[in-house]
Formats: sequence, structure tokens, C-alpha cells
Amino acid sequence: MVHFTAEEKAAITGLWGKVNVEEAGGEALGRLLVVYPWTQRFFDSFGNLSSTSAIMGNPKVKAHGKKVLTSFGEAIKNLDNLKGAFAKLSELHCDKLHVDPENFRLLGNVIVIILATHFGREFTPDVQAAWQKLVSGVATALAHKYH
Amino acid sequence: MLSAEEKAAVTTLFGKVKVDEVGGEALGRLLVVYPWTQRFFESFGDLSTADAVFGNPKVKAHGKKVLDSFCEGLKQLDDLKGAFASLSELHCDKLHVDPENFKLLGNVLVVVLARRFGSEFTPELQANFQKVVTGVANALAHRYH
Repeated sequence: MVHFTAEEKAAITGLWGKVNVEEAGGEALGRLLVVYPWTQRFFDSFGNLSSTSAIMGNPKVKAHGKKVLTSFGEAIKNLDNLKGAFAKLSELHCDKLHVDPENFRLLGNVIVIILATHFGREFTPDVQAAWQKLVSGVATALAHKYH
Repeated sequence: MLSAEEKAAVTTLFGKVKVDEVGGEALGRLLVVYPWTQRFFESFGDLSTADAVFGNPKVKAHGKKVLDSFCEGLKQLDDLKGAFASLSELHCDKLHVDPENFKLLGNVLVVVLARRFGSEFTPELQANFQKVVTGVANALAHRYH
């Protein structure tokens, strides 16, 4: 089970408070679909994903990105029990959505990159370390109920 | 791996990179974000905190060396395996570095570029750089046995 120090929790929540979840969520999912194009297979019903501008402007991508990042925000309130927080979503992604858990790591890395672009200087090495630990913990929690 | 336009975009952005600073920052962040990587640099002295890592002159110097080598790789995007053959053998036979670490450093480099370039680091540039760092990581692992 991943354990966060008080400083790591502060680094995570401090930055999260300044994140525009709607914009960042759409950007994170959009960039995942652009940078790792095979992930588009999970979103066949989303319509036009044929170019970067199509993806980044796609309203379904934005809406779903917001949904995903909002769920991430719930995790931040449950840093001491990520596995519990994501148990149902883990079952959903395994049993219904059939998503290879490697993709959770890819999305986590994209989220870290977006935070870096938005926060620049404020995205210090310690803040990056705390967030990398978080996205890794979330990816592990989402994979936990896979069988 | 990359089209002519993608190569041009990558080299244009990289042309604006302060190689002296970015190398040190990437290596420093690797050592802070993935602390087990410090085992490869035991002779570097104090790496006990983020401040110590970032103030450490050996980290800066070695980071620059690593990034210079990366820059050379950027000139040979059509033959990364050839470009990194000697370094691959070195990292396997002498330095005993788990090749997973090349992927970690590649990802840290992408984060450093994102941090420095902000919105200029578009989704396309991110995709192109991700391909490059993956290609370099694979090339560095290629001579492992």
C-alpha cells in the first residue's frame, strides 16, 4: 500500500486546489489519445479522432476527460486508501471496459506532463515526486481488482 | 520513426533548450522522483534531499554529459540503434544499469521540456518527443545480453 508523508500530501493537495478540472481533464485525455494513438480503440463511439485538433476539440473527449479527472480528485481525498477508493472502478475497467492496466500508467504520466506545462516553476522536483507517486498509486489501485 | 515535419518540429524546439541546464535538471529530477536511481551515482556525494541533489555539481556535470549524448542522437533519428551502440554496451557490460531506467529518464526529460515550454509544448510536440525518448531508450537497451 502506498504511503504519503504529510509533505507529499500537502504538495499534492496544494497544487490540486489550483487545477481547473474541466480543462485539465479534457487536455489529459486528449493528449493520451494523441501521444498514444492505440488508446483511441477504447473510444470508438466518440466520433472524429482523426487529427490532433479533432481530438482536442472533440466535446466527448472533453466531457469524458472531466469525468476521469473528477474521479482522480476523489482519490486525492482518500490518499490513505486508494485501493478502497478505486475498487469499483477497477472492477468496471476489468470486467466491462476491458482496459489493459498499462494504460492507467500512461494516463498518469500524461497528467504529470500537463501539470508541468501549467505550473512551470511551481512544479518543483519534490512536487513532481509526490505526484508521480500518486499517479503510480492510482494506477496500481485501478489494476488491483483485475483477474 | 518521425516524418520530416516531425523531425523539424523536434529539432526546432530542442534548439531552444539550454543544454547545460536541462541535462542537470533532468538527471536531478530522476534522482528525486525515482530515488532508487541514486544507487548508480554513489560516488556523487550528497544526494540526501532535493536541494542537495540540485546543488550537486557532479549531478549537473553528468546531466549535461547525458544530454549532449541525447543531442547527438537527435542528429541520427534514422539510426538510433547505430548511434547508441557503444553506449548500450557500456551501460550493460560496465555500468550494469537496468534498461527500465532509460524509460524513466526519457519520461523525466519530457516533463522538464513540458515545464520549460508550457503551452508551446503542444500535444503534437509531446507525441514526437515521446517517440524520440522511447526510440533512444530502446536503442540503449539494444545491445543488452
